[in-house]
Amino acid sequence: MTSAEELLNWARLNSLWPMGFGLACCAIEMMAAYASHYDLERFGIMPRPSPRQSDVMIVAGTVTFKMADRLRRLYEQMAEPRYVISMGSCSNCGGPYWEHGYHVVKGVDRIIPVDVYVPGCPPRPEALIGGFLKLQDKIRSEKPHAPQMLLDMLARQKKVTV
Amino acid sequence: MKFAEITGLLTETFGEGVVLATQDQGLMPILTVTTSKLWDICYFLWSDERLFFDYLACITAIDNGPQVNTMEVVYNLNSIPYSTAFAMKVLLPRNQEGEPLPVVASVADIWRTADWHEREAYDLFGIHFENHPDLRRILLPEDWKGYPLRKDYQAQDEYHGIRVAYEDRQDPAS
Repeated sequence: MTSAEELLNWARLNSLWPMGFGLACCAIEMMAAYASHYDLERFGIMPRPSPRQSDVMIVAGTVTFKMADRLRRLYEQMAEPRYVISMGSCSNCGGPYWEHGYHVVKGVDRIIPVDVYVPGCPPRPEALIGGFLKLQDKIRSEKPHAPQMLLDMLARQKKVTV
Repeated sequence: MKFAEITGLLTETFGEGVVLATQDQGLMPILTVTTSKLWDICYFLWSDERLFFDYLACITAIDNGPQVNTMEVVYNLNSIPYSTAFAMKVLLPRNQEGEPLPVVASVADIWRTADWHEREAYDLFGIHFENHPDLRRILLPEDWKGYPLRKDYQAQDEYHGIRVAYEDRQDPAS
């Protein structure tokens, strides 16, 4: 028997719709991963043209300070539950721009929370697929329907009464 | 047309002092001219039938640093019908903190391509192009402070609440 939670998690992790945008050369590898040779669609992954319709944001490339404001806004426009894959060295930690990159955000996790980091410069499509599998593992073990706030409240009340 | 002939035509038209230096060696002949006459020289190079420099390939700026205290603007000119090419330089005094930016005449009304090249030089080097139709930053955000390709540029500490400097997360000291 399976629980409703597992069913919903299964449904969600098999239809991860990423937001269709790329920032730099990592986007080329991302497009290669979408294309027929690597075929991300077999995992139910297909790019969406709007943040409102997407579940996961692949930050594929160098995040500049000019882009940072836009990126944060796009993330905020996405409906929850939402996930972020940071693809490549640039968006992980600034990459080759770490020292003299006055214009580069040294890691996209300074502006939005990141679920999976994919290393590489740029990562091969296999690495991106690996990142998606990691994200699927994460979603599989999630308990999004547990009333966490209520449970926390009850735990606090118990502490007070004891 | 030979490089010497171009230099000759310019001194003939604008007087003896207009060409400050010439350099015939290297990849491309380079001519340094007086900054105040720049627009007139460019217009002459563009309109004169013997020269016909109809194509401005690039505008670059150079910062020689606070010690030398000069900046340069380089114009790469080509004549497509005569297939001649040379680079023209002007030398500018470098401004210190709080002083007005170095000024050079805009040539965007002669070659339209100069519009964005001059905006780029303004954006990254802080050179003011006089009579430019639309002198705004072109690559960096509008509220950016400073001119990043200058030798003494210091990166900001924060931009819109984001720390700029790299921090080693493995090393608690940094």
